[in-house]
Amino acid sequence: MAAHMSGAGHEGEFAAAPELPAILPPVNRRRGLAGLIARSPGSSIGVAILLAIVFMAVMADYLSAIDPARLSPIARNRDPSLQYWFGTDMLGRDLYSRVVYGARVSLIVGFLVALLSTVLGLIVGMFSGFVRWTDSILMRVMDGIMSIPPILLAIALMALAGSSMTNVIAAITFAEVPRVARLVRGVVLSLREQAFVEGAITAGTTTPMIIWRHILPNTLAPLSVQTTYICASAMIIEAVLSFIGAGTPPSVPSWGNIMADGRALWQVKPHIVFFPAVFLSLTVLAINLVGDSLRDRLDPRMGGKG
Amino acid sequence: MTAPILEVRDLSKHYYLKGNNTLKAVDGVSFDVGAGETLSLVGESGCGKSTIGRAILRLVPVTSGSILIDGKRIDTLSGARLRTLRRRFQVIFQDPFSSLNPRMRVRDIVAEPIRNFKLARSSAELNAQVSKLIDTVRLPSDAGGRFPHEFSGGQRQRIGIAKALAAQPDLIVCDEAVSALDVSVKAQIVNLLQDLQVDLGLSLLFISHDLAVVEHMTHRVAVMYLGKIVEIGTREQIFTKPHHPYTKALRSAVPLPDPMVKRERITLKGDVPSPINIPSGCRFHTRCPFALDRCRKEEPAPREISARHLSACHLD
Repeated sequence: MAAHMSGAGHEGEFAAAPELPAILPPVNRRRGLAGLIARSPGSSIGVAILLAIVFMAVMADYLSAIDPARLSPIARNRDPSLQYWFGTDMLGRDLYSRVVYGARVSLIVGFLVALLSTVLGLIVGMFSGFVRWTDSILMRVMDGIMSIPPILLAIALMALAGSSMTNVIAAITFAEVPRVARLVRGVVLSLREQAFVEGAITAGTTTPMIIWRHILPNTLAPLSVQTTYICASAMIIEAVLSFIGAGTPPSVPSWGNIMADGRALWQVKPHIVFFPAVFLSLTVLAINLVGDSLRDRLDPRMGGKG
Repeated sequence: MTAPILEVRDLSKHYYLKGNNTLKAVDGVSFDVGAGETLSLVGESGCGKSTIGRAILRLVPVTSGSILIDGKRIDTLSGARLRTLRRRFQVIFQDPFSSLNPRMRVRDIVAEPIRNFKLARSSAELNAQVSKLIDTVRLPSDAGGRFPHEFSGGQRQRIGIAKALAAQPDLIVCDEAVSALDVSVKAQIVNLLQDLQVDLGLSLLFISHDLAVVEHMTHRVAVMYLGKIVEIGTREQIFTKPHHPYTKALRSAVPLPDPMVKRERITLKGDVPSPINIPSGCRFHTRCPFALDRCRKEEPAPREISARHLSACHLD
């Protein structure tokens, strides 16, 4: 055809417009679960792992037949087998049921610390951002708390309060509140200057309603991401505290104190440390994946993708 | 002329800075706006025109002077009494992207003033008012259920106008309301504002640096320089017989569409002096091509050039 056209160009002979390829073929957006997984594999994996861990923690009584505290002197330091799935520790306790029950501690500490520090930090941050004279006082206090590394602060508080799960939660919350307060204060200060807040004032909106309708919803996206990171970091701090013996009491199995129990033997019996460590890492990873997808999803400009 | 809706008397807004410095953003400004009238405030950036708008909206407290709406002082009100009176003066902002809450649907944005000022007796009436407003500003009828980010700049500005109208105001402060829009959209919004003004008898305080738009839509113009009004008059007076040298200079800076037309260009030298350190005498003397010795010493008072045409200049 091209050779033909390059010839003398006979009169009345025109090249037909070539069929153009469809530049943008219609996209069939896959719906349902399969579509969701295809569009956002990260958050799907995160949610799946997290749901599995939560299921494990809730159903711990049914998932393990052996009492996690039962000592069995004749079956110490066994390798993983059909009878002991994850092996046993140096006191002959079944590691599988300890790890399963340990999920409860991690999840409760993680979720409660995230919730409490978000609520407290939100209140402190809102005060700082809205009641200007409290700002310098509150923020200096927050700076003071933040100047101490959270793990060190939690260890100090645990040394004062004694080991119990409530105290672990209180200590980690205390250390995490300033991070939330800082973030909320910054967001509030920038939102206050936005034209839509001034527009709401001229539209006769009262200050409580401005906070509720205009400030708070726009704080939630950055805050929810921070909350998930706090949840993950609280789990790690709890594990560290339990590992060094400053966390949950030894009678309550937690991933941190299981690892502590296996520490002395880890070169010969690495599985004692390995299993709780894998579960802790997976849980933290899952929460971070969920946090990232939450951030994308809560931003209306992203159109619900991510 | 009917009694003015808005009266501004000797309004000043000073900011007290570190080191005993005072920034005089607005320094003794008086004007009024009649019912159904458009008054444009024009001037370079930093001359205080937006500050006046924000003071009238009670978004910033005033230093001295008074603001009256229908003869009632509003600069001394606060709390619930101020909030009820806010209904009468609304605002359209410059930036159509930051002026709408990204997490509220258009329906709720427009309904907010109606709810706050209790302008609807039932939710059915509220919905009817919202749909009517969306229709009035010529947005598609399904706009109510969508979020601001789904709209273009011009459409967002229409949402802002619908929100301002929802309060059934007497006066709308248009703070550079069309400056961020491109030319064709700008024309649409200006025409919409003019139509609404005729239909609803609105007064507009049109704050702008765009003289071409101002000339197209205003009734009266106030020219500002460094926190003061240097000349105020009707559109014809300002655009055909400007008196103040600053007005003349601004006027000659407006681009003409015909390249063949030659005209005398008045080029101002230097920058606007800092409002922290205002020149003595006439504050324009440092850049005025006609400045006399008197201008350096004596501040000119506004004087009547012709009927309702005031100019603050010693020169004839």
